[in-house]
Amino acid sequence: MTLPTTATAIAAAVRAGEVSAREVVDAHLAAIEAGDASINAFNLVLADEARAAAAAVDAKVAAGEDPGPLAGVPVALKDNLCTRGVPTTCSSRILDGWRPPYDATVVERLAGAGAVAVGKTNLDEFAMGSSTENSAFGPTRNPRDPERVPGGSSGGSAAAVAAGFAPVSLGSDTGGSIRQPAALCGVIGVKPTYGLVSRYGLVAFASSLDQIGPFSTTVADSALLLEAVAGHDPLDSTSIDAPAPSLVDVLDRGVDGLRVGLVSELMGEGIAPDVAGRVRQAADALAAAGAEIGEVSVPAASYGLSAYYLIAPAEASSNLARYDGVRYGLRVDAPTTAEMNAATRTAGFGAEVKRRIMLGTYALSAGYYDAYYGKALKVRTLIVRDFEAAYERFDLLLSPTSPTTAFRFGEKVDDPLAMYLNDVCTIPTNLAGHPAMSVPFGAGADGMPVGVQLLAPALGEATMFRAAAALEAAAPPLEEAWS
Amino acid sequence: MTAVGNLTHEPVEGDRFTITSEGTGDTWEIVVGLEVHCELATATKLFCGCPNHFGAEPNTNVCPVCLGLPGSLPVLNQNVVELAMRLGRALHCTVEPSVFARKNYFYPDMPKDYQVSQYDQPINVDGWLDLPDGTRVGIERAHIEEDTGKNTHAGGSGRIHGADYSLVDYNRAGVPLVEIVGRPHIRHPEQAKAYIDELRAILLATGASDAKMEEGSLRVDANVSVRRVGDATLGTRCEIKNLNSLRSLGRAIEYEARRQVDLLESGERVHQETRHWDEAAGRTRPGRSKEEAEDYRYFQEPDLVPLEPSAEWVAAVDAALPVLPAERRARLAEAAGVDPTETAVVVAVQRDLDSLALAAIGAGGDGRRVLTHVEHNLAVEGAESLDPAHFAQLVTMEVAGQLTATQAKAVLTDMVATGKAPDAIAAERGFEAMDTSQLEGIIDGIIAESPQEWAEFCGGDDKRRGKLQGFFVGKVMKATKGQADGKAVNAVLEARRAAAG
Repeated sequence: MTLPTTATAIAAAVRAGEVSAREVVDAHLAAIEAGDASINAFNLVLADEARAAAAAVDAKVAAGEDPGPLAGVPVALKDNLCTRGVPTTCSSRILDGWRPPYDATVVERLAGAGAVAVGKTNLDEFAMGSSTENSAFGPTRNPRDPERVPGGSSGGSAAAVAAGFAPVSLGSDTGGSIRQPAALCGVIGVKPTYGLVSRYGLVAFASSLDQIGPFSTTVADSALLLEAVAGHDPLDSTSIDAPAPSLVDVLDRGVDGLRVGLVSELMGEGIAPDVAGRVRQAADALAAAGAEIGEVSVPAASYGLSAYYLIAPAEASSNLARYDGVRYGLRVDAPTTAEMNAATRTAGFGAEVKRRIMLGTYALSAGYYDAYYGKALKVRTLIVRDFEAAYERFDLLLSPTSPTTAFRFGEKVDDPLAMYLNDVCTIPTNLAGHPAMSVPFGAGADGMPVGVQLLAPALGEATMFRAAAALEAAAPPLEEAWS
Repeated sequence: MTAVGNLTHEPVEGDRFTITSEGTGDTWEIVVGLEVHCELATATKLFCGCPNHFGAEPNTNVCPVCLGLPGSLPVLNQNVVELAMRLGRALHCTVEPSVFARKNYFYPDMPKDYQVSQYDQPINVDGWLDLPDGTRVGIERAHIEEDTGKNTHAGGSGRIHGADYSLVDYNRAGVPLVEIVGRPHIRHPEQAKAYIDELRAILLATGASDAKMEEGSLRVDANVSVRRVGDATLGTRCEIKNLNSLRSLGRAIEYEARRQVDLLESGERVHQETRHWDEAAGRTRPGRSKEEAEDYRYFQEPDLVPLEPSAEWVAAVDAALPVLPAERRARLAEAAGVDPTETAVVVAVQRDLDSLALAAIGAGGDGRRVLTHVEHNLAVEGAESLDPAHFAQLVTMEVAGQLTATQAKAVLTDMVATGKAPDAIAAERGFEAMDTSQLEGIIDGIIAESPQEWAEFCGGDDKRRGKLQGFFVGKVMKATKGQADGKAVNAVLEARRAAAG
């Protein structure tokens, strides 16, 4: 028989004993072997480990035991998720040789659900970037057009799913690092409510913004994966003390009567006309399915980018201090401890990471704190307030995920500001701590995928997924260029 | 630095320690505020489940969290909050909603290269501590923070500069600390020592810490400044570190104050800086200079949520607080009818003998005498198990003249050792109350044996008489095997001399 391709179908078939996890995993490993040399989605392929894990799933099925809701589902892990005994690099030279002695909570939960980790995916170093060009191990290419970036920072996880190397993957989203590459690669990407998924074992970039979430080719697969990894974790103090939401079961409930607001600040200047056109088309599709569409202003969202580029680097400057050459990873020897610290960090970090460490250090410095970091915190509060006001009138909001479709290599990598503007639509939700997801909706004028973004209030995942399913059903073909 | 030879000091105006310049005649006073770090006596560390235990093999009490491994996250130990609040309430602080912050600086003993501490919103604020001498020292705050690891530098001077290599032990990293920041209300090195003594007693009483200075579970930094007596504004302070004993604390404060007075008297300025006490050299030396002053870039720790203990929790902490040393002194002083600052009262509480003393006084023992025994005669093992009724009985016998002070001390020692009643011990030892006629007979016999000395005693000058008084008392004590009451002997001698004259 033909092997199933979605996580939902794979899990069902493996659980029913119709196909073996081993067959499924072998097929995906073969696809990686055949295709990843040109894509570079993976930093590390875990072939032996994956085959052993698949065999264990098959043994459970054979023994009549429950192999878990994700039985035999290959999953790719962003290489900033800790994997016990397996190198975890964050695509940085500074973690050279480091093998975590523990699994991230999400990794543990996936294994417990029967999923099979097939590899660690490439990213912008320490998740800082929007193109995966900032990786110490070379860029990942967009499977839809190898001349273009896959987006970032979770470019490897997005590309792995888009290329069929794995039906699902996990990424992390600090300012759009799941949703933007999902949009650019034409797959689903979800940034859950802050605190819904444990951050334990996610190597921190900006702790108050980081959140782990799924990539998939179908809305149902993201729902399945998110259900498996969400829920309270006593190891993460910011984890929400509530059970994981039911998502798979609500997908077919439709959007009849849902109030959806188009965010006016994210539909005008700076947004490519074809992208904006696709978003309006998506709004029409939701209206056709019974939703009420309106326009809504989230004024403070305009300041999101500025606030984000103070808050995220500030936290990063502190989070990345520990890479000092003393305990693990790279060490460049020098006569004194301070010189060793400096030499190690100079050699170990790439240019973008250094830029953000300097930005953040400056923003927190005595005499500048109030003008920069302190002011950014106030903006963050205003953004939360504006979103709350918007959610009094609307159940969900709608916007582009990214201002443009996938751009070409080198186009923005030397212009940090142009690169940062890629995240203008995604950043406000990270600052608010709310969930959002990107759903493919046809292509732009260049034939590259366009993602539309659904935004929901805190813990509004169920409603958000219902609308995503409706968009998925109404979406034009991915290859259909905008005209 | 110039010598301090041109300065004298004397403790004048009560407990204030002053330095008087011979050159200008100006009198300076010391102003001290103490910052105390103490390790909380929890079973596990502040943010992880590793044992909080001193003396284990290096790097054995560690895990991904306290090693700050990438991806690890802190989880606040609720017992730390409990102990911190207990200490805070014992120091009369208000428990406030608090947040944790990161203090950022690079040092190899700090796994994350930042320390999680409470900065602008600490858990305990605005309390006080009463010293035994009656001084009330304000407490600005008592906040929670994590300890660092420990570096060992091999080769060179033993400091990080010039070492051949350094070893780091992270067992202590993440051990919970409370930093108690005292207000600058201390005016004397001895007061500083008394403050630490009192704080230690509170830490022990509340179970918050084992408070061992020698193991580093209690560490003291002293902010020292000086000002001319009468000045209202505070002088520029220096923070003195590396104070490993109470003795060092007292010496360092005194040295530092003299150094500052010297500078100011010679027209120089005191630079705000951190200085290290060198116990062997008996002086402070500059540490980190102002030019290298660190900017810690504090910001709220995003991996932890704000800490807001409920009113019920605070009330439960209050209800479970033990009676604290200051209150114990007040109770004892009131029962004994003396001032709470009296040494005997302070000592009784320090030795945990105040409940015994209170019970003895309650059983009818004379307060003053009870305290005298506690202060001078009960620094012995087992004193606390003394029967208070027996103690009271002993004191009553003493007051009634049935036992001399010397006899009472001997009986008390036997009481502690045997648990027997004082009358029984006195009878066994043959401590019969000596009646006056018996004593007079003995004295008359001694006078008869020493006519020459007696004549000189009756007729000589005061100096000679004083000497001979000792001679006669000694003879009587020898004859009575020390059982005679010294006061009674003196009275009989005086009566006989008056009769002879």
